Amino acid sequence: MSATNERVRILRGREWARPVRPVRREVLGAAPELEEGRPPLLFVPGFGHGAWAFAEHWLEHAASRGFPAYAVSLRGHGGSERAPEATLRAYTHDVVQVAAGLPRQAVLVGHGAGALVVSHAMARYPARAAVLAAPVMGGWSTAATALRRNPVGTLPALVGGPLKLHRRQLFSRELPDADARRYAAQLGRVARRAQWQLLAGREAEPAVGRPPVLVLGSPDDRVVPPAALARAARRYGSAPLLFPGMGHDLMLDARWREPIDAILDWLVKEPQRA
Amino acid sequence: MPPSTEHGRPDPETTTLALSRDGRPVSDRGDTVCVIGAGASGLTAIKNLTEHGFGVDCYERETGVGGAWNWRHDRSPVYASTHLISSRPFTQFPDFPMPDSWPDYPHHSQLLSYFERYADHFDLRRHIWFGTEVVRVEPVADDRWDVTTRSTGGYGPERTSRYAAVVVANGHNWSPKLPSYEGLAEYRGEVMHASSYKDPAQLRGKRVLVVGAGNTGCDIAVEAAQQASRCWHSTRRGYWYAPKYVLGRPADQVNDLLLMLRVPLRLRQWLYHRTLRLTVGDLTRFGLPKPDHRVYETHPIANSQLVYYVGHGRIAPVPDVARFHGGGVTLTDGREIDPELVVFATGYLPRFEFLDPKVLGDSDASGRPRLWLNAFAPGYPTLAVAGLLQPDSGVFTLSHWQTVLFARLLQARLARPQRAAAFASRVEAGAGERYSGKVKDSSRHWFEVGHADYLRAVQRALDELEAGR
Ligand SMILES: Cc1cc2nc3c(=O)[nH]c(=O)nc-3n(C[C@H](O)[C@H](O)[C@H](O)COP(=O)(O)OP(=O)(O)OC[C@H]3O[C@@H](n4cnc5c(N)ncnc54)[C@H](O)[C@@H]3O)c2cc1C
Ligand SMILES: NC(=O)c1ccc[n+]([C@@H]2O[C@H](COP(=O)([O-])OP(=O)(O)OC[C@H]3O[C@@H](n4cnc5c(N)ncnc54)[C@H](OP(=O)(O)O)[C@@H]3O)[C@@H](O)[C@H]2O)c1
Repeated sequence: MSATNERVRILRGREWARPVRPVRREVLGAAPELEEGRPPLLFVPGFGHGAWAFAEHWLEHAASRGFPAYAVSLRGHGGSERAPEATLRAYTHDVVQVAAGLPRQAVLVGHGAGALVVSHAMARYPARAAVLAAPVMGGWSTAATALRRNPVGTLPALVGGPLKLHRRQLFSRELPDADARRYAAQLGRVARRAQWQLLAGREAEPAVGRPPVLVLGSPDDRVVPPAALARAARRYGSAPLLFPGMGHDLMLDARWREPIDAILDWLVKEPQRA
Repeated sequence: MPPSTEHGRPDPETTTLALSRDGRPVSDRGDTVCVIGAGASGLTAIKNLTEHGFGVDCYERETGVGGAWNWRHDRSPVYASTHLISSRPFTQFPDFPMPDSWPDYPHHSQLLSYFERYADHFDLRRHIWFGTEVVRVEPVADDRWDVTTRSTGGYGPERTSRYAAVVVANGHNWSPKLPSYEGLAEYRGEVMHASSYKDPAQLRGKRVLVVGAGNTGCDIAVEAAQQASRCWHSTRRGYWYAPKYVLGRPADQVNDLLLMLRVPLRLRQWLYHRTLRLTVGDLTRFGLPKPDHRVYETHPIANSQLVYYVGHGRIAPVPDVARFHGGGVTLTDGREIDPELVVFATGYLPRFEFLDPKVLGDSDASGRPRLWLNAFAPGYPTLAVAGLLQPDSGVFTLSHWQTVLFARLLQARLARPQRAAAFASRVEAGAGERYSGKVKDSSRHWFEVGHADYLRAVQRALDELEAGR
């Protein structure tokens, strides 16, 4: 990944002239019993996943610890409207729309390629803080890893076909097979152009307001290698928080509680701007 | 210390006590920045300054946020039917979009709710002292400022606080510009400025003369066409009446597409003239005067309905007013008309009563500041004016970047003083610079900017300030 570009780009002719087409979006949420003034969390699933992936455990758990928690399905995913022509910009738009619609400044939590979407959303919305969980930040190294780990599922994606994720790429062996199958059956497909932009797309513009960023993942993740995790963390000036033994889908795996508790503990300490 | 406002909000906390030039106590607010006004420009100033780590005290003479867009405010210029003239994508703040479910051109009540949500989302209200008017702003030693306030309406004592910097965001669309006419005093009909026009019921069943064809005048003429028994629309020149939609899209989005492709002004003007020719055609056939200028040389009018009602005969275009008399109006072509109500939609003038005009480079007290980027005053590195712009687009994005630039400048003053000094010399050299093509000479164009030209200049200023960081 190239060095971060810190230049703020003010002229955004494309965004003014060609606004993203609005679509119906699915947003799932869980509210804390008692409003304690904690910032709202917005979870952004990776490609192929929908808001359902967070509704399984993390939303309720965050709410039980006092954080209003929401998850959005990017267009074409989960219960959101179909969008075969979606681009990374459209996904970013979806996240920023939902974030700006929350009553207070939100914390953005992106998982997998959702972390890439969050890094772009941070350039269009002043997040209070951001969390990149098992981040797939794009670039050709992502493709190389995917190819090595899952050649059958990945090869077609490189020539414009659909990317297929295998359940053993996503979950540890601790997760009961029935669960793994159930989750894998819910995986959807990414729009072709967005998938291509994941590989060849631009680096995100600088984040508005330099929010604190936490990067976390598993050294045993079969989608994101440890080097990629360290690189993503370095970009935001920190080291990744590691959860050995877990698969890529931290929010669904058997030990889902550990990473979300770590995220909430970090937020409770009110990290300051970078 | 007793609170100076009625709503139970304590005054900004005092750290140390100093004395003003005339010996009154001044509470020292340390590194805090003062923002005057909580309209769109003031709100984005608070948000961007706090985001860059500065403390902010904002004074707002009204009881709510939103400035011009808060129709409850006495001085709000909006009327019941006001909708945006620029469409959402550019008009919204660049980091807080309006909802996808809103129309291309939202209503003024939606704008107010947008600014209220912006204030709540970023928790800005805790920085604002409502019902508090700024009456004096004076430069003191070390580039600091003494700001004197009192309760709106003049109740209670004055208080002076010392600030590290000031953002003036007091708006320039609330003080009516009223022309004077011979015989106006004898005229027996009703006369009002557009700023007091709120509701079409004020026009119902009357013979109405509307003077001026800015966006206000055109909107009111259209309402008179629907409500009044007669409507004359007086203009002292011909204009280009641009529709809100062209080529299947909001007109400003088409313009932005051409700007993005860097289509030169001449070609854009030609395309515009062509498009109007092909749709509404030559308007002189309706008795409208031929424009004495090319499109973009007067502030753009975005109104699809004016021409429509002229075509229906519901609006009678007439020339300038020559004089008034007891029973009516004589026009410059000698015609006599007998309106019962005259609405002057003749625009607004800026007012900075709390500041010595010289501070803003207005040396001959003409009321026209001389600034760089319409924001920075030579010799006053800790002062910025936000929103003193009349763009061919929405203004909020421009105010946003002005205040980001100012926040970065204040940071540079602390961390990289040589960069801040270089900025100060740019302000010296560039004061009075324009950011638009040629425009007609009229006080309504004092602050006219092309949004792309203007933002390009802000981008350059920001790049220079941040170079080598
Ligand atoms: C009818 C009409 C329609 C418009 N439509 C558009 C449009 O479609 N798009 C667009 O971009 N612009 C439009 N404008 C321009 C409009 O001025 C801006 O949209 C916007 O209101 C500017 O915001 P501001 O914060 O700079 O000024 P304002 O909204 O005027 O806010 C200034 C604030 O400062 C406060 N203040 C002033 N003096 C003092 C003082 N001494 N002490 C304390 N507080 C003070 C005022 O009470 C006010 O709240 C329109 C204007 C009019 C008249
Ligand atoms: N729907 C909307 O969103 C909306 C609605 C209204 C206003 N606005 C904005 O608000 C701002 C103010 O608009 P405005 O229409 O109130 O004012 P304006 O743009 O200043 O227009 C004033 C009009 O009155 C004329 N005029 C001024 N002095 C005159 C005189 N002495 N004799 C005869 N005619 C005279 C001007 O003619 P000249 O051209 O010859 O000077 C012009 O036609 C603008 O930025 C505008 O875009 C937006």
